[in-house]
Amino acid sequence: MKKPGSPSFTLRPGRWLSPLLLLLLWEAASRTGLIPPRTLAAPSAVIETLAEMIWSGELPSNLLVSFGRVAIGLGIGVSLGIVLALVAGLSRSGEVAIDPLMQIKRAIPVVALAPLFIVWFGIGETPKIALIAFATLFPVYLNLYNGIRGVDVRLVDMGRSFGLGRAQVIGHVLLPGALPSLLVGLRYSLTIAIVMLVIAEQINATAGLGYLVNNARDFMRTDIIVVCLMVYALLGLGADLIVRVIEGRALAWRPSLVEA
Amino acid sequence: MALTLASPGAESPAPVAAVVRLRGFSRVFGETVVLDSLDLDIAPGEFVALLGRSGSGKTTLLRTLAGLDSRHEGQEVAIPSARAVVFQDSRLLPWKRVWKNVGLGLPGKDVRARAEAALREVGLGHRLDAWPLTLSGGEAQRAALARALVREPQLLLLDEPFAALDALTRLRMHELVLSLWQRHRPAVLIVTHDVDEAIALADRVLVLDKGRIVAEERIEAERGQRTATVRRLRAVLLGHLGVEAAEGSYADLVAHPRSTWLAAAE
Ligand SMILES: Nc1ncnc2c1ncn2[C@@H]1O[C@H](COP(=O)(O)OP(=O)(O)OP(=O)(O)O)[C@@H](O)[C@H]1O
Ligand SMILES: [Mg+2]
Repeated sequence: MKKPGSPSFTLRPGRWLSPLLLLLLWEAASRTGLIPPRTLAAPSAVIETLAEMIWSGELPSNLLVSFGRVAIGLGIGVSLGIVLALVAGLSRSGEVAIDPLMQIKRAIPVVALAPLFIVWFGIGETPKIALIAFATLFPVYLNLYNGIRGVDVRLVDMGRSFGLGRAQVIGHVLLPGALPSLLVGLRYSLTIAIVMLVIAEQINATAGLGYLVNNARDFMRTDIIVVCLMVYALLGLGADLIVRVIEGRALAWRPSLVEA
Repeated sequence: MALTLASPGAESPAPVAAVVRLRGFSRVFGETVVLDSLDLDIAPGEFVALLGRSGSGKTTLLRTLAGLDSRHEGQEVAIPSARAVVFQDSRLLPWKRVWKNVGLGLPGKDVRARAEAALREVGLGHRLDAWPLTLSGGEAQRAALARALVREPQLLLLDEPFAALDALTRLRMHELVLSLWQRHRPAVLIVTHDVDEAIALADRVLVLDKGRIVAEERIEAERGQRTATVRRLRAVLLGHLGVEAAEGSYADLVAHPRSTWLAAAE
């Protein structure tokens, strides 16, 4: 059984073989001129550029800008999603007021709202953060709301039979029962946040990973583009790791994670 | 045994200062009358078993006594404030360690100590910090018993608490329940399908059918000396449940040439 909280990177030697082979082929093709640098930079060139960009501070400073956008957008989106789900999940009138709106919102692809956001908020930081917040709100809302509604009523009955009040039922039964669903929602939100970051940074960014990519595109610097792709991938992996660690701690009671 | 006085006009003697008192209690779901002007008294410290066919309204009655059903305005329903329920499924919160489940919602500071004492009493002293999903079925039911007892209830409600357990574990649980009852003396109402379980445990056996209590049998014989009682009582109770059976114990009943087991006509 796998250890709780640690992602299962299986380190069987065979699994490294094919990516390594691809990398070698790619390098060889670049050196022989089969792949010109304008099409795709060689892996060695990418590594070199990466080191340069880190050394010059170009990558860290832009990464920080992008990271800030994701963090603020996610913070707003996730908190709003949680609050709305709590209101809708824990009260009938809240459900009547909120859930229909959320279902309508679900039908509109958030990316399609980008032009509207630009009209409203200009081309500064606000539309970027708003896009990320708006996109990450829904997975959290939907999963937490369903999680609360899906808590076993027999457990609620049990709590009431032992004299728990409404607040205690919510605190001891409903919220812990809905936590696994919330974490599923959070995982979706993190993934979407990074996708939205990429899209949002196409809007006239003057700093951030997207800015680096746009610049690199104009100068046909495929090496910088590949470096940024790697950073995006690392961000995604990092996000996943965070949720896994939270899950391992918060859901230690779950059978799949409980050691016999 | 509690003092009982014969009250004029009532079919059954009404105990003095009953823990539970229902008069003409009815419960309707839409069109269906599940409980139909039912009278029930339970004396302090009395052990009552409630038998009835599936769907006869046992759980409905128990939920009323547990205060889980608020639909009885204007009806005469008296239940004690200190009550606790053990359900057929243990209903432990899987995200709380066993001792926290037992101490759930308890006021006061020494919750852990009290939970620990209750768990020791049911023989689970070694599983205090376990996650509920790692308990066996019998252990989970014992934890549920501890959770009920730690509240020192005046009324302990058991809804088929052992139905899902194997026969051996059930036997142990019967002994445990009796010893706990003798030590703490709550009034107990146990809902069960098992006639033998009812006879072994209870002071009084009630049979619920079509929303009314159709039979009431008081068992005077001491627990542990009820073999003679069983012969007759078993057949009587089964008769009320719609099964015609010859007298005797289960061992002889099934294969008995004269016994005709009739499925209850619904
Ligand atoms: N919430 C409800 N809404 C509608 N009908 C209900 C409800 N609860 C119970 N009933 C009906 O009331 C009747 C009695 O149900 P109850 O659960 O009390 O039976 P029971 O005697 O406990 O049966 P079992 O032995 O199978 O547990 C059943 O016909 C059931 O369908
Ligand atoms: Mg029932």
